[in-house]
Amino acid sequence: MRGLGAAAALTALLLGAGVAWGHAFLERAEPRVGSTVKSPPSQVRAWFTQDLEPAFSTLEVVNERGERVDRGPAQFDAASPTLLQVPLRPLGPGTYRVKWRVLSVDTHVTEGDFTFRITGAP
Amino acid sequence: MASRYLAAALAAALALCAWPALASAHGLAGKRFFPSTLTIDDPFVSDELSLPTFLHIKQPGEGDVPPSQITNISGEFSKRIFPDLGLTLAGEWNLLDPADNRRTESGFGNLEMTLKYQFFTSAVHETIVSAAFGWEAGGTGRKKAGAESFDVFKPAILFGKGMGDLPEALRWLRPAAVTGLVEGVLPGRSGNKTFTLNDDGDLEVGIEKNPNVFHWGFAVMYSLPYLQSFVKDVGLPAVINRLIPLVEIDINNPLDRGFAGKTAGTVNPGIIWTGRYFQVGLEAVVPVNERTGKSVGIRGQIHFYLDDLFPTTLGRPLFNW
Repeated sequence: MRGLGAAAALTALLLGAGVAWGHAFLERAEPRVGSTVKSPPSQVRAWFTQDLEPAFSTLEVVNERGERVDRGPAQFDAASPTLLQVPLRPLGPGTYRVKWRVLSVDTHVTEGDFTFRITGAP
Repeated sequence: MASRYLAAALAAALALCAWPALASAHGLAGKRFFPSTLTIDDPFVSDELSLPTFLHIKQPGEGDVPPSQITNISGEFSKRIFPDLGLTLAGEWNLLDPADNRRTESGFGNLEMTLKYQFFTSAVHETIVSAAFGWEAGGTGRKKAGAESFDVFKPAILFGKGMGDLPEALRWLRPAAVTGLVEGVLPGRSGNKTFTLNDDGDLEVGIEKNPNVFHWGFAVMYSLPYLQSFVKDVGLPAVINRLIPLVEIDINNPLDRGFAGKTAGTVNPGIIWTGRYFQVGLEAVVPVNERTGKSVGIRGQIHFYLDDLFPTTLGRPLFNW
């Protein structure tokens, strides 16, 4: 019976996630999309146009060789449901790609990526 | 124990059934969001409502038909039956105001239904290709308001391609995209008999021919939202950062029955603002030749994203297979 209860709860979670509206697109980020910064950031923060479902939303940062340089997983703050952030390892000069895939609370998945460049060492 | 396996299997099955719904969205191919264009049909299948689309233009005369001002107000409702198969119902209302003081005519045009199948989507290359078949139901509108008395069939191939896969050196072109279609416009009747009285009072019978038409068009656009989110945040202010300037080309090439070579069409430069639940578009309608017209018209549209407005009800496919 407990198993059936869990199944019902999962069903409710998956099917009942439509309490708000709209696809989530990237609104802005820090570092900014396509920007060049002198000093390495300690984290990447990405604000989206909609509230996110944290369990199904990811934010990763890779270097030019495709290696992960973040200290994931992405962090979600219930007080700012449109914000996803991930801390970074100490980064050297180079170009880094931020890859995101998010599930908005209306069950729509969107994904994307952008780069930023660091000119100075930590 | 058996009940636990059953519960796990049920949960897994339900999760599998629910997940496909997560991926469905209007006009998306990878990072690319294709807006709904005003003139050219969209290449994607979605739950959406265009209401109203407004067109006002001066149409040239031909033969005994005088030039007239045309005001057209139309609506279009699209519904996904399956995630990649959708049905569109469209209707219009026309107001024809002849320039020579003849009586103004108004009324509904023919109803139109289109079945569209989005058979190819590439997220990496931001590409969508669809096949569609439209049916304009003859005689459902008012003839004096421009509705034909015969059916017209419209098989079409539609495509959308975003430029997000261009190399880094061309990154400023990545926000660009093109959508388009090639379509046959095939009347169900080759000609209509017309009956007129001549000056002597005798009845004259004529034949008004209905040519097959090759209809094609494309839209070239530059997405400022794409620029801001994926290429470079150039600090555009709100409202501006949601604009997509575009130019749509819409051409009709009659192929036969005495109309071959009599090309008509328009160039439609304009802009679309995309919001969370709807978009608003405005275009100038510029005739490509005198046969199409001499005056610039205007087209506007309000378009609603039903999958965003009603994600759990009206905005989902009827069957999520």
